[in-house]
Amino acid sequence: MSAHAPKVDSDALFRYVLRLGDLSMVLGQRLGEWVGHSPALEEDLGLANIALDLIGQARLLLTYAGEIEGRGRDEDKLAYLREQGAYFNAILAEQPNGDFGQTIGRQVLIDAFQLELYERMAGSRDARLAAIAAKSVKEVRYHLRYSSDWLVRLGDGTAESHARAQSALDLLWPYTVELFAADDLDRQMADTGVAPQLSEVHAAWSMRIDAILNEATLKRPADRPHAWHGKRGQHSEHLGYILAEMQYLQRTYPDARW
Amino acid sequence: MSAASLRSGEPTAAAGVAAAREPAARVAAAWPLLASVEDPEIPALSIVDLGLVRFVEVGSDGLLEVGLSPTYVGCPATEVIHRSVQDALRRGSVGDFKVTTVLSPAWSSDWISADGRRKLLEYGIVPPDQSVSNMRDVLRGTRPLACPRCQSLDTEMVSEFGSTPCKALHRCRACLEPFEYFKCI
Repeated sequence: MSAHAPKVDSDALFRYVLRLGDLSMVLGQRLGEWVGHSPALEEDLGLANIALDLIGQARLLLTYAGEIEGRGRDEDKLAYLREQGAYFNAILAEQPNGDFGQTIGRQVLIDAFQLELYERMAGSRDARLAAIAAKSVKEVRYHLRYSSDWLVRLGDGTAESHARAQSALDLLWPYTVELFAADDLDRQMADTGVAPQLSEVHAAWSMRIDAILNEATLKRPADRPHAWHGKRGQHSEHLGYILAEMQYLQRTYPDARW
Repeated sequence: MSAASLRSGEPTAAAGVAAAREPAARVAAAWPLLASVEDPEIPALSIVDLGLVRFVEVGSDGLLEVGLSPTYVGCPATEVIHRSVQDALRRGSVGDFKVTTVLSPAWSSDWISADGRRKLLEYGIVPPDQSVSNMRDVLRGTRPLACPRCQSLDTEMVSEFGSTPCKALHRCRACLEPFEYFKCI
């Protein structure tokens, strides 16, 4: 990437790193809800392992965001003491688990997004983001292998599993539009060589998803204009419940440690 | 949670007697101490066998610095390992030291030593395929693994994710025993 790229605005970088970190954290928190409730012990372990990796990504990203901001907020303060409107994840991540098909559908869509994003971000001019992306992408490959295997089994399975997988996909697809709708912040990060162009990520994601859906005998729903702006802090009603549970202890017993 | 960053660490005071020792002697003294630190999940292996120790050096600040890499970003063992390393270094005469986290380049299962691979197998865990930086191999799946107990190749994967982030669950159809596979990453 160009050595003469324009200077990166630290406030913009802070918000962008939160976008990445919040996506991982909210999805990790969602997957954690399956622990003890999965269809089989193996899936319990699988989903918990993926959740753990996502929380690990979130820790690295939120720690970095706090350092960029330079106001003394660490990963814990950023995770436990921000209100809903200061969370910048795309709202696909906060959608409820639903049935197993819905959880797997959401996972495939986000795993493929993170895979294509992180692969490119490993070449970021921001050395710290490049390192986090290069580390995380190795784990995300396993996540996608797990989730796409399951989507193929469900889609190309029984009439019941096929119908449920398709309806999950139909339900979740509109939320994917937000992942790739580049706003000023996305453009600024791409122009300064911090992040890849979202259009490039979208094209690669689209090909990958088509291949998985084809094998799963599922139909790709049509893109529809979206009205959600989680990336700007405007969330669905679901995020508040996630935060209420996640932040309860820290807000009830401030600075509790164990 | 505690802070983990590209390279972060706090100096830790140790026995002051070593402060005057040559840097090379302090580094040499540190390695056997590090080799005594077991992985909390796979105690048959040390963190040196696993390739988690990235460097040991004495900086211009006079501190002996140990660089450690996490296997998986969310692995809970990472913090236990950091504490164990600090405890081990305090037992030796390496002088003041700090332990830092190294993210880049990302840890690879290729860095497990030959000794480490042998110990894994003896412990009943099939060591990882090597040099799978090729994504196709990772995504496409696995060659048949030999059962670590009866060596049969008639085995199958039960789950991609096992008892820890780094291992997958497999089963031998010949001796009917389950076994674990250390995933390549």
